[in-house]
Amino acid sequence: MADTMETGMIGGKKIQKKYLREKMMPHIFCNGCGLGNVLDYVLWAIEKEELDMDKTVFLSGIGCSSRIPGYIHADALHTTHGRALGFATGVKMANPDLNVIVFSGDGDCIGIGGNHFIHAARRNINITVIAVNNYIYGMTGGQVAPTTPEGHFGTTAPYGNIESPFDMSQMAIAAGATYVARWPVHRPNQPINSIREGLRNNGFSFIEMMSPCTTAYGRRNRYKDIKDLWDFYINNTILKEDYEMIMKFGSEEERDATKDKIIIGELHKASKKPLEDKYREMVKELME
Amino acid sequence: MKYDIQKVKKVLGKDKQFIHGDTALCYGALLAGCNFYGGYPITPASEVFEMMSKLMPKLGGVCIQMEDEIASIASIIGASWTGAKSFTATSGPGFSLMQENFGFACITETPVVIANVQRSGPSTGQPTLGAQGDMMQVRYGSHGDFEIIALAPNTIQETMEFTIKAFNLAEEYRVPVFIMIDGDIGHMREMVTIPQEVELFERKKPKVSPDKYIPFGPGRYGKKKVPEFGVFGTGYHTYVTGLTHNEQGFPATDDQEEHDRLVKRICEKITDDREKLTDIEERNMEDAEVALVSYGMASRSSLGALNMARERGERVGYFRLKNIWPFPEKAIEELSTRVDKIVVVEMNLGQIYHKVKEFADCEVVLSSKIGGEPHSPKEILAEVK
Ligand SMILES: Cc1ncc(C[n+]2csc(CCOP(=O)(O)OP(=O)(O)O)c2C)c(N)n1
Ligand code: SF4
Ligand SMILES: [Mg+2]
Repeated sequence: MADTMETGMIGGKKIQKKYLREKMMPHIFCNGCGLGNVLDYVLWAIEKEELDMDKTVFLSGIGCSSRIPGYIHADALHTTHGRALGFATGVKMANPDLNVIVFSGDGDCIGIGGNHFIHAARRNINITVIAVNNYIYGMTGGQVAPTTPEGHFGTTAPYGNIESPFDMSQMAIAAGATYVARWPVHRPNQPINSIREGLRNNGFSFIEMMSPCTTAYGRRNRYKDIKDLWDFYINNTILKEDYEMIMKFGSEEERDATKDKIIIGELHKASKKPLEDKYREMVKELME
Repeated sequence: MKYDIQKVKKVLGKDKQFIHGDTALCYGALLAGCNFYGGYPITPASEVFEMMSKLMPKLGGVCIQMEDEIASIASIIGASWTGAKSFTATSGPGFSLMQENFGFACITETPVVIANVQRSGPSTGQPTLGAQGDMMQVRYGSHGDFEIIALAPNTIQETMEFTIKAFNLAEEYRVPVFIMIDGDIGHMREMVTIPQEVELFERKKPKVSPDKYIPFGPGRYGKKKVPEFGVFGTGYHTYVTGLTHNEQGFPATDDQEEHDRLVKRICEKITDDREKLTDIEERNMEDAEVALVSYGMASRSSLGALNMARERGERVGYFRLKNIWPFPEKAIEELSTRVDKIVVVEMNLGQIYHKVKEFADCEVVLSSKIGGEPHSPKEILAEVK
C-alpha cells in the first residue's frame, strides 16, 4: 500500500490531495497490500464520475478492507463485522439522494455478512459494493475465509483447507445484483471503468477486487512476495469473453487448461428498478 | 417529508381509540416524528411492524422489512445518520441478536428508539406470553461499559406517551432509548386519547463550518457532554466508527486516555442527569410501612395487591418505577428510610430486585412470577407479611 499512497500510482498527488484525509496518515496497511490500489481506483472512478463528496457516504464492516473509508474525506460509517449492508440499506432508503459506497472484505461480505449481502442484492438497492477479496481473514492474522481455495493454508487450516470456496460474484448475480464485475488489482484501467459503471448503475453494483494480502495469506502459501501474487493473478485468471470462446470453440486440451481459471471482467449487467425507486413510487401514490 | 402533526393525526384517525400496546408504540413513534422503521417479525411485537407498514408510507416515511434483527437495528442506525428519527420493535430472540449493534449505537452516539415487547426466555421460551426477563439485558447485554435509557410504561396511554418521550430523549442525549413493555401490555386493549399537540426535541446540529466541527468533542449549544450531530449529506464529512475514537472521530485504539475520556463521557452524559430522568409514581406512601416496588405489567398486579391490603387495613404503599435505566438510585435510597420493608414485584426470577437491594437500607424481598401469568394480588401480599 505504501508505494501507491506515497507516490501515487494512478490517481497521483492531485487525487490524493483532493480526497484523502491527511490527518489519518500514516495508514495501517502492510507493504505490498493491494488495498492501496483498490482505494486509488475507487477515487479515480469517483473523480471521473464527478461525484459530489458532500453527498457521498462510505460504509464498511470490520477488517483491513473495511478500514479504507477512514482515509477518504467524506461521511462514513465504519460499522460492525459483516453488517455494513444493513446500515447501508438504512442510509440509502432514508435518503436516496446520497451516493452510497460500501467497502467489504471477503470474510465480512460472504462469511459473517452473507445473509445481508444476498438480501441487499435481492432488493437491488442502488449502492455500490467494493468487495476486496484477498482470500483470507487478513486483519485477524490469516484464518481461512469462505473464499480460501481448497488446499491453501491458513492459521485455522494448518493442514490445508478442505472446504469448497464461495464465488462471491456468482452469488451476487444469483441473488439479483444488476452490475457485477471481478478484477485483480494488477490491472488499473478495467477496474476503474467497472467501478465507474457500477456507480452509474441504478441498482445494486458489486465489484469484486482480487487483492493481494502478503502478510496473512501470501506468506503462508506459495506467494512470498507481492510479485508472486500478481503472477498468480496473471496466470490463473481469464477474461470472460476468452473463457466463453475457449469453452465453445477450443480443443479439449485448451478447455482443460481453462476450466479451473478464475473468470474476470464484467460478469453481469441487467436492468431492474431499485428498491428505493419502487418505494418512492408507492409513497407518492399513497400520499396523493 | 416534513413533520406535520395534523397529517399524523389524520392518518391515525379518531382522537379516542381502543387500541393495544403494540399499536400505541406505533402511534407514539409517528406522533414523535418517526420517519424510519426497520423491522423483522416476532411475536408479540409483530403488530408494531404491521401497523407501521400500513401507516408509515402514507406519511412519506420509510418502513422496510430487513432480513433479520441484526439488520433491522443496523438499518435504523444508518437511517439515523441521515437525520431520520428511527425506530424498531422486537422481543427476546430478536433483542438478543441486536446486542452488538446496540453497543455500536452507544459508542457512536446515534439516536435510535427500540421497543422490547418482552416474552419469556431463555431462547424461544413462551412466544405469546408476557415477561420481564430482559431488564438486565437491556442495560448490560452488549459488551463493554455504556449507559442507555429505558422506560417502563404500564398502560396503553402511557405506552404511547413514553414512546414520544423516548424519541425526545434519544435526540437530546444521542443514545439508544428503550421502551420495555411485555406481551401482556403489547396485546392488551385500552382507551387512549391522542394528544392535540406534541412537544418535540430535535438533535442539535453543528452551526460551525465543517473545518471547525469536532464531531465527538464537547457540545457547544446544548449539553456539554453531548456533541452536535453532523447529519450525513450536509458537508460535515464525519467519520463514525465503533472503534475507540478521538474527538475528531478517528481511531485511537491504543490510547488509554482517549478510551477513558470517550467511555466516561458517553456514560456520564446519562448518569449526570440521573435525578432528572428519575420518574416515579407513588400511591398510599404517606403512612406505608411496606412498599411494593414494581414497574410495567407487574405494577398492575401490585396495584391490585395494594387495594386488597388497604381494604384489610395494612399499611402498604405503591412505588412504581416509570424509568428503569439510569436506575433511580437516590429515590430507592430515600424510600428505604421511609419504610421497613420493600417488596420488589417483577415477572422474572429477580433482576431489578438486585438493584433495589444495592441501594436500599432496609429489608428487601422479591415477589417473583414467571411462566407467562401475571402475579395474583395474593401472591404479592404473601411477601408483605
Ligand atoms: C462479530 C465479530 N466477530 C469476529 C470479529 C473479528 N474479526 C475482525 S476482522 C475479521 C476478519 C476480516 O476478514 P475480511 O472481511 O476478509 O477482511 P480483511 O481483513 O481480509 O480485509 C474478524 C474475524 C469481529 N470484529 N466481530
Ligand atoms: S494483513 Fe493483509 S490485507 Fe491486511 S493490510 Fe496487511 S497485507 Fe493488507
Ligand atoms: Mg479478507
